[in-house]
Amino acid sequence: MIEVRIHGRGGQGAVVAAELLASAFFREGKYVQSFPTFGPERRAAPVAAFVRVDEEPIKLRCEIYNPDHLIVLDASLVRAIDITAGVKEGGWVVINSGKPPESFDLGDRFRVVTVDAGAVAVKHKLGSRTQPIANTAILGSFARITGLVGIDAVVGAIEEMVSTKKEENVAAARETYDRS
Amino acid sequence: MKKVITGNHAVSYGAMLARAQVIAAYPITPQTTIVEHLADFTADGQLDARFINVESEHSAMAASVGASAAGARAFTASSSHGLALMHEMLHVAAGSRLPIVMANVNRALGTNWNLWADQTDSLSQRDTGWLQFYCESNQEALDTVIQAYRVSEQVLVPSMICLDAFFISHTAEIVDIPDKALVDSYLPECNLVYRLDPANPCTLYGVTSAEFYYEFRYKLHKAMEDAIRVAREADDEFREMFGRSYGLVEQYRMEDAELVLVTSGTAASTSRLVIDELRERGERVGMLRIRMFRPFPAEEIRNALRGAQRVAVMDRNMSPGQGGIMAQELRSALCNTPDRPPVYGFVVGLGGRDITTDVVHRVIEEALATDIPEDIIWMGVKV
Repeated sequence: MIEVRIHGRGGQGAVVAAELLASAFFREGKYVQSFPTFGPERRAAPVAAFVRVDEEPIKLRCEIYNPDHLIVLDASLVRAIDITAGVKEGGWVVINSGKPPESFDLGDRFRVVTVDAGAVAVKHKLGSRTQPIANTAILGSFARITGLVGIDAVVGAIEEMVSTKKEENVAAARETYDRS
Repeated sequence: MKKVITGNHAVSYGAMLARAQVIAAYPITPQTTIVEHLADFTADGQLDARFINVESEHSAMAASVGASAAGARAFTASSSHGLALMHEMLHVAAGSRLPIVMANVNRALGTNWNLWADQTDSLSQRDTGWLQFYCESNQEALDTVIQAYRVSEQVLVPSMICLDAFFISHTAEIVDIPDKALVDSYLPECNLVYRLDPANPCTLYGVTSAEFYYEFRYKLHKAMEDAIRVAREADDEFREMFGRSYGLVEQYRMEDAELVLVTSGTAASTSRLVIDELRERGERVGMLRIRMFRPFPAEEIRNALRGAQRVAVMDRNMSPGQGGIMAQELRSALCNTPDRPPVYGFVVGLGGRDITTDVVHRVIEEALATDIPEDIIWMGVKV
């Protein structure tokens, strides 16, 4: 089983990112679960969303404490919260940032990578310049870096589930995939 | 067609496929998205229903009673305080013998305010005369809405479909959405013999004196008893047509089990992993999942537990001053049985506290380690 935790701030699309990622894995024949942090969500407050993937039907119905991998939509969270809490050693930590991975000082227990998904989102007019919506962009990068899911499955999920700016979201995911 | 959808979305598909004709609802977390999706289905024409926004849950059930009394297939959904506010009308719906189907997302009651999973809300309504089903997965939630209309419309008793807050309501997973034509052939049109009809005016549910009230209660109880057979048949036929069934109670790896874990809802799903693990180590443990709670399938449970040496009930609900509610029901079902096993009443997971595999392991270890159980066993209480 693979478990992924996605961090963001309310309004950045972390929950949708989890749903899209689950749907992408489902398109490749996997069993999936996705769920948000249970409880109220407030704009700009730290939120998390989760994905479980397995080859077998998933019987586990409890929260995720030790994810294999991490996606961070908002780099300011890296210092605001204990971002890597519970993450398994060797897990990928994909951060939306233009800075180099070393600048986040997360040590050598994880494979930390950065991608400027925010800039790609702005280029494709997703969100605003100050508050880009980078959830689809970072998924392209996650697909390329981890090799766990194909970009076509990610694009298929976006096409099925994203109702506004479908083409822009697809283009953003493809661009980060190609760049990563 | 398989889709990755939340449990709430699955419930809304169930009501849409069952061709609900009137939906009266008032929002409450974590139920709201059920009726939001139904509002969408109604707005975009996928569902030909009258959607009524009401001013409270009491009114939601009152409107459902009215719709059902006029012969329409009525659906609503609620949770926690919303369900509590409906309490009076729940009695009215059942006493009027109206086959309304409602989804209840199991959420704790305040105070202390809490939005998370806890079955005490629907179990507090156990004496209102509604059938109650507790679901383990999104698929089961969808399928049970369809099955419930079949059963309710045959026995003329309303149904409550219960699903755990967040662990089902807000969790997306793969759901096989049944074919509409197949559901149409499984579930005939709602055709109530006794209904309000302007062409044939009558009054229903009048004042009933002591001379007959007793008989009406007797008949409601008999209808509940009949629901056991009807629900079993509905589930069997569902399996033949859709390839899935759930039973009224489900026995999981019960062969020669010395210790039987009894639970319900999503806790049962997680428990399967623990049972598998312990079986691999050669331990004789099994699980009994309670899906139908009203009517309580006592005979089936007694038969399933024959031979068990210990029964550990894991309740995500609690009656203050007594203990876990399913444990009480189970003790009551077993008390006239010779050689009955001791029943360990574990209270876990209240207010959404997580029931992990670790919690289930500890419950089983505790039951195996103690010869004479206390009436109520708390796990990891922080006082």
